[in-house]
Amino acid sequence: MSDSTTTEAPAEPPAPVEEPEQKPNFMRVFGRYLTEANSVMVTVYSLLLAFLIGAILLIVSDEYTRSTFSYFFARPQDALQASWYLVRDSYLSLFEGAILNLNTLESYQAGQADFGNLLRPLSETLTYATPLIFTGLAVGLAFRAGLFNIGAQGQLIFGMMGALIVGFSLDLPIWLHLPIAIIAGGLAGAALGAVPGVLKASTGAHEVISSIMLNNIAALFLVWALGTSFLHSETKSDLVSKPVDDSAVLPGLLSSLNPSLRVNLALVIGFAAAVFTWWLLSKSTFGFRIRAVGFNEHAAATAGMRIGSTYTTTMAAAGALAGLGGAALALGVSSGGITTNTALDYGFSGITVALLGRANPGGIVASALLFGALKAGALSAQPDVPVDISTLLQATIVLFIAAPALVKAILHLRTPRGGLVTLEAKGW
Amino acid sequence: MRLELKGLTKKFGSFTADDDIDLVVEPGQIHAVLGENGAGKSTLMNMLYGILQPTSGEILIDGEPVAFSGPGDAIAAGIGMVHQHFKLVGPFSVADNVQLGREHTRGAGVLSARAARKAVLDVSEQYGLRLDPDAVCEDLPVGVQQRVEIVKALSGPKTELLILDEPTAVLTPAEITELLQIMRNLAEAGTSILFISHKLKEVQAVADHITVIRRGKVVAELEPTASESEMASAMVGRAVSLQVDKTPARPGEPRLEVKDLTVVSDAGVKVLDGLELTVHSGEIVGLAGVEGNGQTELARAILGLVKPDEGHISVDGADVHGRPPARRIADGLGYIPEDRGRDGLVSEFSVAENIVLNQYRDAPYAKGGVVDAAAVHKRAVDSIAEFDIRTQSPDETASSLSGGNQQKVIIAREFSRPRRFLVAAQPTRGVDVGATEFIHSRLIAERDTGTGVLLISSELDEIYALADRIAVIYNGRIVGEVAPDTPREVIGRLMVGASATPETPETSTDEDADGGDR
Repeated sequence: MSDSTTTEAPAEPPAPVEEPEQKPNFMRVFGRYLTEANSVMVTVYSLLLAFLIGAILLIVSDEYTRSTFSYFFARPQDALQASWYLVRDSYLSLFEGAILNLNTLESYQAGQADFGNLLRPLSETLTYATPLIFTGLAVGLAFRAGLFNIGAQGQLIFGMMGALIVGFSLDLPIWLHLPIAIIAGGLAGAALGAVPGVLKASTGAHEVISSIMLNNIAALFLVWALGTSFLHSETKSDLVSKPVDDSAVLPGLLSSLNPSLRVNLALVIGFAAAVFTWWLLSKSTFGFRIRAVGFNEHAAATAGMRIGSTYTTTMAAAGALAGLGGAALALGVSSGGITTNTALDYGFSGITVALLGRANPGGIVASALLFGALKAGALSAQPDVPVDISTLLQATIVLFIAAPALVKAILHLRTPRGGLVTLEAKGW
Repeated sequence: MRLELKGLTKKFGSFTADDDIDLVVEPGQIHAVLGENGAGKSTLMNMLYGILQPTSGEILIDGEPVAFSGPGDAIAAGIGMVHQHFKLVGPFSVADNVQLGREHTRGAGVLSARAARKAVLDVSEQYGLRLDPDAVCEDLPVGVQQRVEIVKALSGPKTELLILDEPTAVLTPAEITELLQIMRNLAEAGTSILFISHKLKEVQAVADHITVIRRGKVVAELEPTASESEMASAMVGRAVSLQVDKTPARPGEPRLEVKDLTVVSDAGVKVLDGLELTVHSGEIVGLAGVEGNGQTELARAILGLVKPDEGHISVDGADVHGRPPARRIADGLGYIPEDRGRDGLVSEFSVAENIVLNQYRDAPYAKGGVVDAAAVHKRAVDSIAEFDIRTQSPDETASSLSGGNQQKVIIAREFSRPRRFLVAAQPTRGVDVGATEFIHSRLIAERDTGTGVLLISSELDEIYALADRIAVIYNGRIVGEVAPDTPREVIGRLMVGASATPETPETSTDEDADGGDR
């Protein structure tokens, strides 16, 4: 056993035989790993620290708990107890809203609820996670080419509109209609995504600025378009679009168990997009070029790669991913008609998802699921828990992830071989 | 000052950078420390200057042990250092740079410009270092900037020992001669000098005593009478041939023809100004010149990264105008960029990925848009064996390699595919003697297969060793094409824009120089 792990033994003074713990066994190696600021442990500690800070803010913001602190020195147990109950209950309701509702579990065990009810929190988590997978990939893919794609929000909105228009205007069988509508969403997103790429390649305009501005253009374009008779609902007077045809609606994955389970086929497409993005980056010549340009555009140009066209195609591909996320919304949970609110902040959250996932497709899927869970949990725990707690946790997690040196300093971790891993986009 | 190092050792974890170094610098002595990159020279100097603390051993100044916790302590003890990369504030005047960190004031934080000027003038007079205290540093030639650094180092409270770290790397031949004279003057005035270099000629010319370091250990103490090959073998640890064996060139048809090439920079300056150059197959043309006279732009224009404003570049008889770099590379243009870290390698990529960086789309490394990892790996294993690249595996990142091995990765990339013409810009910069020997022999072998080679180098030694014909570039023009047996002084004069004959005063204008040489 020790043969494979004795690499550092020669450097150390010969240990006395009486002390077996000097031997680098599994527990020591594991212990070293836990106290090292490597990217996995930084992520874990960032999550824990974020929940700790969330707990403190919950205590501070709750009026009753705050009042028990006013006589802390007279009866400290009151304050401590109130704090503990508050934090425990808040995080428990987040958990119940996102993963498993313990009350429903009891009724299910007593035979009063069906299995579908039990799955509802998970279904909600996956539903909220789905668009985040797409927008996270959209930001993450561009990141690998050294581009900071802030425009996923606008690309998602365009994707929504593209999918919607094909979804209600064509009359086709489902096996044809649904794929075309999804592809239309991707193409619409790609068209908008390519714009910052073209501008950067041809004029050097910074993609951060142009993609931020395109977000506004896309959002306002949606407001205008929803008001036109082409898109506007024929039955409702508020600003909502026509519904898509049934033949273009993404089928629910669990609706046979319970029609209220909203998670649909888009989740599977999201996973497929993540696998495809991974394949693209690591196996294809296009991905080779993206990574080379992202790491060192000068060396890439010297090797004959076209930097400008790489920017354009990468941004278009990123836009297509965000556009698919828009299609997932327009043909999925919002197939009854989209509004200006349908997109929420999925595009902007995609930036934090990509950061948390360190621009790796696998990591992006994992962080999209986490953020989806936070969202589902916070929405279901209202009004007992302030809805802001979810946003706050997300922000704090990303703050720590983006500043590994901070986590290292707070917890006195050791620097790993090769230094701290920070994610940065070139030129920003 | 008499400086003595006793058993000085520095360990980084289990790695020993310097191991039991003993060294004595007598007052007024020029003591050269020779060693390859990574031999431990910089670590040694950093310990002397207080940047690093020794693991064991001691530093004695005039017999008294000292301990430095920072450069401030070293300066107070009388040690001054001139770094390889200058530490000057560009827009500041000479006087302001010299007083940086120990400003002359009239009390209460009010600067005294007069005292600062006087201090500079005093030092430059004392040591015969001409300097205008009011000149703005960034406007000065590199050699003068270095003089500012030397004056700065000498302006310490009682500087008696000067450390010069690779001081000649950036200088022209004339500036080098001048620097060596300055060093002799300083030594005569009683200043001890620790001179770090891997250039054998300079060490031979100026040093009173030579200590050779290899892998952190002192491997030889030599007198300046030692021959160059003696020094080189001590540095490398085996016999090294400094003379490149080559047969006379047999030039064939023109491979590169540059006609009237003009490139105007973004700032509106003509960086290339009607440049004319021809390189034939089977010959090496050495392009000599002080850096920044258009060499970079010429190389980039040949590759296609810089668009000419006027003129033509033909490779193999065909005008390459409008062809993208990828096409030129595919047509047989080899390119060794001068800035390895910036243009040559993607340092985060593996060695294997870097070896195929400009061929990743071609068979057999890719099929139908998918990279064939097995083919790339096989190619990398072959190249690592053929070019003796020292790496643990093809999957190591390029950044983990030493400079010489990184350069071998680029050489392997360019030399393992069919090519007609090769641009080699500073091919041995920052590369140790062993790797230099290897790269030089590969360049000669390349020439002998009939490739035309344009060798761009700021090292005259390298040009002399390899070139069959020497072209001198100055201010974006070729100011002279001479035979390889032309004396150093003649080329040195051409490099600074003077005419080839010494009668012309050095202050001649560009037009004069140009007219005189064509």
